[in-house]
Amino acid sequence: MDTLKPGTSEAEELASQLLEDLDDEVEEEYHLAPPLVLTWRKFRKHKLAVFSAVILIFLYAFVLFSEFIAPHSPHERYVEFAQAPPQPLRFIDSQGKIHLRPFVYGTEQHLDDKFKRTYDPIVEQIYPLRLFVRGAPYKMWNFIRTDIHLFGSDPGAPLFLLGTDGHGRDLLSRLIFGTRLSLTIGLLGVALSFLLGIIFGGISGYFGGLTDTIVQRLIEILRAFPSLPLWMALSAALPANWSVIRIYFFITLILSILGWTGMARVVRGKFLAVREEAFVKAARLSGANTPWIIRRHLVPSFMSHIIAVATLSVPGMIIGETTLSFLGVGLRSPAISWGVLLQDAQQVQSIVRLPWLLLPALMVVVAVLAFNFVGDGLRDAADPYT
Amino acid sequence: MLLFVVKRLLLMFPTLAVISVISYIIIELPPGDYVSTYIIQLTETGDVPDHVIENLRQQYGLNQPWYVRYWKWMTRFVTGDMGYSLAWHQPVRDLIGARLLLSMMISLMSLMFTWVVAFPIGIYSAVRQYSIGDYFFTFTGFLGLAVPNFLLALILMYLAHKYLDTGIGGLFSKEYQGAPWSFGKVVDLLEHLAIPIIIIGTAGTAGTIRVMRANLLDELQKPYVMTARAKGLQYWRLVLRYPVRLALNPFISTVGWVLPSLIAGETIVSVVLSLPTAGPLFLQALLEEDMYLAGSFVMLAASLTVVGTLLSDILLAIIDPRIRYEGAA
Repeated sequence: MDTLKPGTSEAEELASQLLEDLDDEVEEEYHLAPPLVLTWRKFRKHKLAVFSAVILIFLYAFVLFSEFIAPHSPHERYVEFAQAPPQPLRFIDSQGKIHLRPFVYGTEQHLDDKFKRTYDPIVEQIYPLRLFVRGAPYKMWNFIRTDIHLFGSDPGAPLFLLGTDGHGRDLLSRLIFGTRLSLTIGLLGVALSFLLGIIFGGISGYFGGLTDTIVQRLIEILRAFPSLPLWMALSAALPANWSVIRIYFFITLILSILGWTGMARVVRGKFLAVREEAFVKAARLSGANTPWIIRRHLVPSFMSHIIAVATLSVPGMIIGETTLSFLGVGLRSPAISWGVLLQDAQQVQSIVRLPWLLLPALMVVVAVLAFNFVGDGLRDAADPYT
Repeated sequence: MLLFVVKRLLLMFPTLAVISVISYIIIELPPGDYVSTYIIQLTETGDVPDHVIENLRQQYGLNQPWYVRYWKWMTRFVTGDMGYSLAWHQPVRDLIGARLLLSMMISLMSLMFTWVVAFPIGIYSAVRQYSIGDYFFTFTGFLGLAVPNFLLALILMYLAHKYLDTGIGGLFSKEYQGAPWSFGKVVDLLEHLAIPIIIIGTAGTAGTIRVMRANLLDELQKPYVMTARAKGLQYWRLVLRYPVRLALNPFISTVGWVLPSLIAGETIVSVVLSLPTAGPLFLQALLEEDMYLAGSFVMLAASLTVVGTLLSDILLAIIDPRIRYEGAA
C-alpha cells in the first residue's frame, strides 16, 4: 500500500471507511448477541439497580450463612446485658491512642432511681474485634459441626453492636437470622404466584373466549379484595400449635392467593400480543408444533419481562409477612423474622426506651427498596431491542 | 349512559356473590363451630331450655350442609342481621356500624389527601422533567412506597413522643375525652385525624405521583400541545386546560384499585395508633375467633370497595364519552 500523507483527502477517506467498517462490526455484534447478553448490558447501565443487586446479594448471603455471620446464637439470652444499647465501634481509646483494629468497651449495667437499666462503658476494658473467632458451636446447614464465627471478640466479651432486646438477646444476630424467613417468604411467595399466574394467564390467553372471560372476572374480583384483611383472616385461622415451618409455608400460600392475579394478567397480555407476531407465524409455517412454539418462541420472548414483574412483586410479600407478624397473626416467636422482631416495638413506650428495636424495620425498608430498584432496572432492560 | 350503568350494576352481583362466599369461608375456618361454643356458654351460665338451643341450631342451620348454612347467613346478612358477636355479647351490626363509618371517613379523607398532594407534584415533575425537584420527588416517592404503613405510624409516634411530648394515638386528647361537642373538640378531632390520614395517604401519594408524571409526559409529547403553543397559548393555561385534564382520567378509573389498599392501610394504622375504627375491632375479633364479627368486616369492606369501584366507573363514563359509548355498545 502506498504511504498516505496525513491530511490528504485519501487518508480521510480511508479513515472514515475504517470507522464505518468498525460501526458495522459493532452493529453486527449487537444483532448477533443473545438477548440475555443485551439485557445484562442494559441492566449494567442502571447504576442504582446494580448497586441494589449487590445489596441483595449480601442480604441473601446472610440467609445462607446466618450461623457463620451472626456473632451470637439468636436465642441465647445474656440476661446481665438485657436492653443494652448499640455499641459504637471505636478506633481511638480514652487515652487518645489510635487502634488499627476496631474495638468496643466493656459495659456495665446500672439501675437508676426509677429502676431503669442504663449502661456505661468501662474504658479500661478494651475488646478488639477479631475475624474468624471461636464462639457458640453450631451445625452449618445441619451437617458441618463447627464454632467458627465470621467475627467476634474475646470470650465473654459483651459484643452487642446493635444492642440487645428485653431478654438480652443480640439484635444483630437476630436480624441476620431474620433474613432466613423474611427474605425467603417473598421469593417463595412470588415463585408460587408465578406458577399460578403462568398457569391461569396461559390458559386464559391461549384458549380465549369464555375461559378467558371467566378467568378475567375472577381476577377482577380478587383484585377488588382488600388484601390485608383477607390475609389477616386467613393467617389468624392457622392453628397456633403448628410448627414454624408449617405456618411459614401456609403464610406463603396465603400471600400468593392474591398475588398471582397481577402475574396472570401480564402473562395473558403478553401471550395475546406475542401470538400475533410475525416470527410466531413464521415458525408455524415452518411446521413447528404448538408446544415447540410456546417453549422456544413465546416463553423466551416475554420471560425477562415477567422476571421484572416478579421482582417488583417481592416487596409486597415482604411487607405483607412483616405486617402480619407484627400484628401477631403471622409468624410467632420462637420463629425469627423481621416482623416477629418488630412485635417488641409495638408500644410507644418501648420504642422510646429502646429505639434500636426499630432496626428490623430499617432492614425491611432497605430490602424493599433494593428489590424495587433491581426490578426497575430489569424492567428497563427486559426489552433490550428498544 | 343508562344502559352503561345498568350493565355495570348487573356485573356487580356476581362479584358480590364471590365476595360473600369468601367471607363465609372465613367465618367457617376456625375448627369447631361458633354456635356450639355459644350454646356451651349459655348452658354454663344457667339452665337453658332445650327449645332455645334447638332454635339456635335451626336459626344457624347447624345440622345442615355448608351451602344451606351459607345461604341462611347470606340472606340474613342482606337484611342487616350480621350475626352475634360472642366476645362482645352484642349484635355485630351495632358493633361495626359507627366504627366502619369512621373507617370509611378516614379512607376517603386519605384519598383526598393523596390527590391534593400528588397532583401538583406530579404535574411539576412532568413539566420540569429531570430537574432537581423532579429527582427529589422521585426519590421520596420510592421511599414512601418502601416504608410500610405501620412503620411510618410507629416512627411518627416515636417522634411525636420525643419532640412534641404528646401522644398521637386515639381520637381525642384527654381533656376532650368525655366532653360534649364543641368547636375545640372538633379541632382536636381533626388534629388527631391528620396523622393517620397522612400516614395512610403517603403510600398512595408516592404511586400517584409516578402515574401522574408518566401520564402527563405522554400527553405533553403529543402534537396538539405543540400546535396550541405555536398558536400562542400561554404555557400554563395550555398545560392545565388540556394535557392535565387528560392525564387525570386514569385516576378516576383506578379508584377501584386504590380503595382496597386504603382499607388495608386504614386497618393497620388504626391498630398501631389505637383509633376506634373497624380495624382494631377486626384484629381483636380474629385473635379471639369471634368469626361473625370478622367475616362481616371482610364482607363489608370488600362490598364497599366494589360499590366504590362502581361509582368511579360511572364517574369516568360521565367524564369520558369514549368509555360511555364503548360500554353501551
